Amino acid sequence: MSSQLQSRIIEQPEAPAPQGGTLPRLLSGIGRHALDLDGHEAVHGPLPFAHDRGRWRRRERADALIEEVARAGLLGRGGAAFPMAKKMHAVAHGRGRAMLVANGAEGEPASAKDHTLLELLPHLVLDGATVAAEAVGADEAVIAVCESAETCADAIAIAIAEREGAGLAGGRGRGPALRLATVPTHYVAGQECALVNYLDGGPALPTFTPPLPFERGLARRPTLVSNVETLAHLALIARHGAQWFRSLGAPAQPGSALITLSGPVAHPGVYEIELGSSLASLIAAGGGATAGLRGVLLGGYAGSFVGAASLPNLALSDEHLAPHGARVGAGVVALLSEEACAVAETARLARWLADQSSRQCGPCVHGLDALAQALAGLSAGERQGERIEQLARLTARRGACGHPDGSVNVIMSAIEAFGEEFLEHARHGSCQACARPPELPLPHRPVEMLPARRRQARA
Amino acid sequence: MSQHVRVNPIACEAHGMCAELLPERITLDEWGYPIVDGTPLHGEELRHAQRAAQACPTFALLVERERERSRR
Repeated sequence: MSSQLQSRIIEQPEAPAPQGGTLPRLLSGIGRHALDLDGHEAVHGPLPFAHDRGRWRRRERADALIEEVARAGLLGRGGAAFPMAKKMHAVAHGRGRAMLVANGAEGEPASAKDHTLLELLPHLVLDGATVAAEAVGADEAVIAVCESAETCADAIAIAIAEREGAGLAGGRGRGPALRLATVPTHYVAGQECALVNYLDGGPALPTFTPPLPFERGLARRPTLVSNVETLAHLALIARHGAQWFRSLGAPAQPGSALITLSGPVAHPGVYEIELGSSLASLIAAGGGATAGLRGVLLGGYAGSFVGAASLPNLALSDEHLAPHGARVGAGVVALLSEEACAVAETARLARWLADQSSRQCGPCVHGLDALAQALAGLSAGERQGERIEQLARLTARRGACGHPDGSVNVIMSAIEAFGEEFLEHARHGSCQACARPPELPLPHRPVEMLPARRRQARA
Repeated sequence: MSQHVRVNPIACEAHGMCAELLPERITLDEWGYPIVDGTPLHGEELRHAQRAAQACPTFALLVERERERSRR
């Protein structure tokens, strides 16, 4: 398990039942153990056309489903919020037979939603992978899971065997062949190019783009790489249609979303919310805050901090969060208590992000390391403000993947949200709260887990 | 169709040849990695850019058409 979240109590917020839609959707039927195939079908009903593959054989049928997904307005839930139908269409109409990768390599330490789905609702993910594979014309779907998440890998392996036994998977006239693959657990391994690179026999490191996997991915074929939560939503859209999907959520970002709530709340864990619902209602669903709040980290470790003053009015949709410079992203809501030192938390996060660099691109290796150093200096009383801004400019948008960009973004958002505290530290050095135990869940993962740097960068 | 320069940051090992050969478009950061002006190349610049790309020891400097870039 990549997450340090102590408690993984799964609770569902009470459904406010807006516009006819009700929650939970994805988390229906969730329990302490994996829901088996019978249990899954009792909750959601069988997957349409699962026993009638002839209907899928026709391109029109598949295109109709992709159009339904477009009408549903499903956006990717891995962090980038890319329109799912656009990706599906590009892969379905690419050159050569398509491949499907269900991305369950949840390397985000503050997120537990993908692992929750894989471990407890594996058939929902496999339904989604089946639908997506059929829609893009793939014979094979690879379910990628972190090698450290053993319970998730076990649940998926058992669920695949169940489906093969029931004639729902395995290729040769049945559903697509489903294959479990375990992948390294470091942060960037879940980046789609790194994932495809690894599944193709290379290192789990990002690649230079283009081509992106949708053009040339696994085995050089057009490959749909999709987050497992996105696929779970797809499984329900295939059953209930676009209109049902849109009956919850924000117009520009419809549906529900899984949120990993951590920090000073009574019941940290994974919650399903309506997109556009308030942060306050999420905290209430989590049993309420157990301390005063200093701020919140939204989206993930490549996301954004928002300060306490804005918290009462925050709603969880990209449209609402845009003025605060934040996004729903991968559904991380990490609260910071009033006792926490935002500067120390940011400095630790910056160091961790620098250590997560895959060490391929010079500006990322050197820039993030220098940023982490500058933040450590600032928190000890050095005037590093200008240096940090200079490094942010030198580091962002200069790597092969988005890691340096996301890291710079989260660091700069912290300075924006907690400006006073950063100034205080630059003037007077560390505060009493600096020595408090960290609040943000950062795994103490040895850096040696990363593949050795292929070349020594020459400065 | 207009062309521009781009760096493959994975391949780049900060040899710095590109900044010598194409100073009008490339400067080096404090670690020796190129900071590239990726706006369209004009006239002589294109020839200089192609020469710089050929001189790069790791073939990390690319002269690309606009079309290839827009897919990113």
